[in-house]
Amino acid sequence: MSGEKHLSDEELVKALRSGDEDAFGHLVEAHHASLVRFARLYVSSVEVAEEAVQETWVAVVRGIDRFEGRSALKTWLYGILINCARKRGREESRTLPFSTFDDADASDEERAVGPDRFQKPGDRWSVPPSRWDELPESRLLARETGQVVEAALKSLSPSQREVVVLRDLAGLTSAEVCATLGITEVNQRVLLHRGRARLRAALERYFDEH
Amino acid sequence: MSTSVGNVEPLSCKELVELVTDYLDGALPAADRLRFEEHLADCDDCPRYLRQIELTVLLTGSLTEQSIPVDAKDRLLDVFRRWHEDEHPRSPGS
Repeated sequence: MSGEKHLSDEELVKALRSGDEDAFGHLVEAHHASLVRFARLYVSSVEVAEEAVQETWVAVVRGIDRFEGRSALKTWLYGILINCARKRGREESRTLPFSTFDDADASDEERAVGPDRFQKPGDRWSVPPSRWDELPESRLLARETGQVVEAALKSLSPSQREVVVLRDLAGLTSAEVCATLGITEVNQRVLLHRGRARLRAALERYFDEH
Repeated sequence: MSTSVGNVEPLSCKELVELVTDYLDGALPAADRLRFEEHLADCDDCPRYLRQIELTVLLTGSLTEQSIPVDAKDRLLDVFRRWHEDEHPRSPGS
């Protein structure tokens, strides 16, 4: 978008408070898709996710005067969304994902790569990873590949999925994710590590078989 | 997640794989980062693994929904406009 400069949180909040519709429009465009993706983790359909995100935007408009800037705007945004999405999810009587460090994630059992991929001496690769760089770009970027990642995301634990979506899809920083989900850096990194490992493994299976 | 500080043994491939996320986040202590990078320099296979993780991250990032439907955005802009007018009633000459 030519002519659009990157506003700091402070500038953006100021613009929003002064009724700057362009600023608001840009904010919505910048985040809407990722917010819907994240809300989808809590509710039964994209339509309900869209509704939760709409509620979030309305809450942002109403709350912007009270936003104190103690957290990043993005963190605040996702915090509101989580509440809206969870509420919707409860109304739908779904089992909610918990953004706590649950027992499954606390176990030390889950390694990024299975031990059968390594051999003695020296615990080096027995079946080495292949070179995805050599795959044609058309394959890497194909819709089917995206579908593999989507399906794999569903196989993650809810906590892993939340962290991966917030970090790698929505682009929140590590600190923003921790603030939004109320978890420690260490916990966040463990979840991210395992989540990404599972996604990579799914992609590896897919690329090896096709 | 990182191996014990003060351990000067070179990393194995098996160990390296568990440190990749810390490494990409810049969260490895300096000594471990050095061992990590030294291993990458000497190993044919681990740089490929690192690259796979990086590509996985990129592919995750490229999953997008459609952007907000135009009529939904217009309704939101409406809400925004009305809110602003309610909160900041225009005085003459402003």
